Amino acid sequence: MAAVGPSRRDFVALLLGAPVAAAIGCGSKQARIPPGQIIETGARRGHAVLRDGPPPTPTRWRDVEVAIVGGGIAGLTAAWELRRKGIIDVVIYELDDVPGGTARGSASPVTGYPWGAHYIVAPQHDQPDLIALLDELGAIESMRPDGTPVIDEALRCRELEERVFYRGRWYEGLYLEAGASVEDRRQRDLFNAEILRWSTFRDPAGRRAFSLPVSQASDLPELTALDKISFASWLDSKGFTSERLRWLCDYSCRDDYALDAAGTSAWAGLFYFASRRGAGASYQSVVTWPDGNGTLVRHFAKEVPIEPGVVVTRVDPDGTLVAVGPQGAFGVRAKHVVLAVPGFVADHLVPDRPKTVADYGAWAVANLHLRARPVERLGAPPAWDSVIRNSKSLGYVSATHQRGREHGPTVWTWFYPFTGPGDVARREVVDASYEDWAEVVLRDLELPHPQIRELVDKIEIAFWGHGMIRPRPGALFDPARLARLQPRGRIHFAHTDLSGIALFEEAFDHGLRAAREIVAARQATPA
Amino acid sequence: MADDKPAGRGIPASALYINVFVVATCGLVYELLAGTLGSYLLGDSVTQFSLVIGLYLSAMGVGAWISRRIDTNLAAKFLEIELAVAVIGGLSAPALFMAFGTVQHFQFVLLGFVFVIGTLVGLEIPLIMRLLEGQATFKDIISRVLTFDYIGALAAAVLFPLVFVPQLGIVRTSLLMGALNGAVALWGTWLLAPQLGKARIGLRIRAVLVIAGMVVALGFADRLTTFAEEQMYADPVVYSESSPYQRLLVTRGRSGFNLFLNGNLQFASADEYRYHEALVHPAMIAAETPPRRVLILGGGDGLALREVLAHPSVEAVTLVDLDPAMTQLGKTFPPLAELSRNSLEDKRVTIVNDDAMVWVDENRELWDAIIIDFPDPNTYGLAKLYTRLFYARVNARLSPGGAIGLQATSPLFARRAYWCIVETMRAGGLFVRPYQVTVPSFGVWGFALARKLPFEPPTRAPDVALRFINDAALAGMFEMAADMTALPVEVNHLDNQVLVRYYEREWKRWQQ
Repeated sequence: MAAVGPSRRDFVALLLGAPVAAAIGCGSKQARIPPGQIIETGARRGHAVLRDGPPPTPTRWRDVEVAIVGGGIAGLTAAWELRRKGIIDVVIYELDDVPGGTARGSASPVTGYPWGAHYIVAPQHDQPDLIALLDELGAIESMRPDGTPVIDEALRCRELEERVFYRGRWYEGLYLEAGASVEDRRQRDLFNAEILRWSTFRDPAGRRAFSLPVSQASDLPELTALDKISFASWLDSKGFTSERLRWLCDYSCRDDYALDAAGTSAWAGLFYFASRRGAGASYQSVVTWPDGNGTLVRHFAKEVPIEPGVVVTRVDPDGTLVAVGPQGAFGVRAKHVVLAVPGFVADHLVPDRPKTVADYGAWAVANLHLRARPVERLGAPPAWDSVIRNSKSLGYVSATHQRGREHGPTVWTWFYPFTGPGDVARREVVDASYEDWAEVVLRDLELPHPQIRELVDKIEIAFWGHGMIRPRPGALFDPARLARLQPRGRIHFAHTDLSGIALFEEAFDHGLRAAREIVAARQATPA
Repeated sequence: MADDKPAGRGIPASALYINVFVVATCGLVYELLAGTLGSYLLGDSVTQFSLVIGLYLSAMGVGAWISRRIDTNLAAKFLEIELAVAVIGGLSAPALFMAFGTVQHFQFVLLGFVFVIGTLVGLEIPLIMRLLEGQATFKDIISRVLTFDYIGALAAAVLFPLVFVPQLGIVRTSLLMGALNGAVALWGTWLLAPQLGKARIGLRIRAVLVIAGMVVALGFADRLTTFAEEQMYADPVVYSESSPYQRLLVTRGRSGFNLFLNGNLQFASADEYRYHEALVHPAMIAAETPPRRVLILGGGDGLALREVLAHPSVEAVTLVDLDPAMTQLGKTFPPLAELSRNSLEDKRVTIVNDDAMVWVDENRELWDAIIIDFPDPNTYGLAKLYTRLFYARVNARLSPGGAIGLQATSPLFARRAYWCIVETMRAGGLFVRPYQVTVPSFGVWGFALARKLPFEPPTRAPDVALRFINDAALAGMFEMAADMTALPVEVNHLDNQVLVRYYEREWKRWQQ
């Protein structure tokens, strides 16, 4: 095999920084790259529409009560809710070959594994629909007297939940306790107290300051003002200068928003921490499956007809759809439409809606199929989520952790957010080959696991070019965002983008709302 | 180097700077080794590292202060000190490993090593500066020596976690640094030849001996680690093996032999009958009808199995143990096979090597008796086998009249941990009767007997030949002395793992 060429080294430098790239080519060891591929996520089919222009006028037409465009969580939830309300003449048109969007999962003979969203926060008593969904899945053990569900212990993220690799050793948790100074600890306690204050806060209307979903949150001016500044400025203004605390805040923003703390709205930064706590001091359980939210996708998809590989090219307010599927162009006459697609696609299909300053972050996700676990180093034992403190990646999640298998083959899901401008990221990686990506993934993981390369049988890589909407300052409380929720004729809008934050709970909320708008519309005008 | 004065006294200055670099690298590696060993043998890495670093730096100060008393034969003294660093530093890790098994106040030995090495290294830098005196201006000497010193420290700090520990391990790293120190000293006998005069021959021989000693020790590094390991056990090690899951080790002493997993005693042949009879027979007789189908989770040594097979009602036993190396050892290691009466080879027995947590979830059979014998819950990986979820799964595999017997650590040494296990079983839907026996090797040991419905503890010993259990022993087992009665505890769940914390906190008090 030829030596690693300069372009691959440049690619590694671009993603992981120059010091990691500089190590390439040192030493006599031939860098083996395991077999694998970049998987298709619908980008090619989506981009082809823009390139090819409008399709031929359809000759085949069909009628349907509700046509749902987009088979991600929002569209699937809308179909689920409609079914719960007795509306079953529903079809989902999905661009990609499989439903789920970034919540999809896959399975190998060893384990299921995720491609993006891989957990939800255990619902509280005021989330009855999510409780009903989990109940259908058999995921609820019992109910507490206050209406909070006890989630099946097998699904509550198992200890050790997180560990961080720092200077040759793993440490428990994400906040690095070892070596923290008195001042570090003081700031950490102060920060926790601040989060606790916000998580127990209720406005005069009884609303939380930061709630999941966002639509339930208080709109008091002192809170919405937080959306005008960045999380980094907020931390500065409160005197939170501790490097450890700032790292944690930065990591959290990269993890949930593909932004650093300086690029994130302070409201969103606080939301990350405060929305995950119940009324008390403790964080809500993290609920997870081996294939992440793929289990939820599979459950939703069981009951609904989904037509994959369909590109919808036109949606009219009268309920007319034009689409191109595997058998060519066709038309749909729907009584109601749910447009459950990302904001930029919705803008393309329904151009004259109010616009927001939508900004999309790119992501890379790699699934590494390991034939055995690497030898562990000193420190904390293997965890669900293993984070490398000095890396630009987010580390990896082990798909077999929850099941309790500590040995033998497994799948690790490695996440990488592009925190810079999305268009720049998309341009930079457009020519990267599978081998370039694999080299990045392996170089990153070789830091904590020097033998990893020899243990990997296969790597699959997904590049989510428009992976998630990002809550930059000003985006969340933009009046245009709320205006975009309004139906247009027979078209109802649902997508996590409408919250300005990419989360399962948000997509679920908009799916429910869109379905309920249709139920209300049907009651107003009986068929 | 343009401003270097001609090497009047024949010392190649740039070569000596490389010397400084190596001395600094090796010195810091010894310091990191001591810190690592301290945190790994004594725990509390923050305390260990800060003690080691602080003492090392102050010892360097002591060395620097002493250096003014060295007035003659600078070059020879410098090389002698370097050889001393090579020997003491190079042997520090193996010596400390061995000391841990034999010395009572290991902390002081560790810090003693750190102090001696720090002092010697602290002597070296001032001596090198003085050797260079006259070779360059004072400001150049200071700037270069300190530059190389600090760069050497950086090299050590980078190489230690990235290369040395992962690739070589602690003992080999220590020996390699010793050899490197020796090699630099040997080179020094040429560099400083004019100053050394005749002394150089003796120094060369000593340097060669030091290097040879380190190289030989490197060759024996594997034996050395086992040797060191032997020092940690009271009796000679007769068998040791590292499986992907754990370290298995058997020692042999006057009273018999002992099995250790990851350093924790699993049984001593002298009194294991008390433990295994107590683990197995109460469940066998508490079951509504004599058990025909029995499940054993853990217990790969085959000793609990021996007790199960003593009951004539037993038709089939499945034994689930994670580690094939353990069940293989139980079958093929002669003293163990003899002790278990070759129970693992019995026709009624099926051995499964799988994780019990996953196996009980996937298996759909029902069992009349379930015997659970896992190592104590000192890691998250083991403590998951003591969660409410695990007991709920085991409960689902128990026949309606069946009974469960399990080991539950010591109610005396780890009282909360013991009661946490009992309460967690109750949360898993079981009715539990706690009991205890005294096993001399372990002390007072706790067990739990459980069924699906409320029940009275058994009062009649089984009709099989036993050494420990009779009616009187059975009656005493279910009584808890005042210092072992229930305490308020939380239930152990997969996502809280309170048991590990109870266990660690309580056992720590007894391990001083």
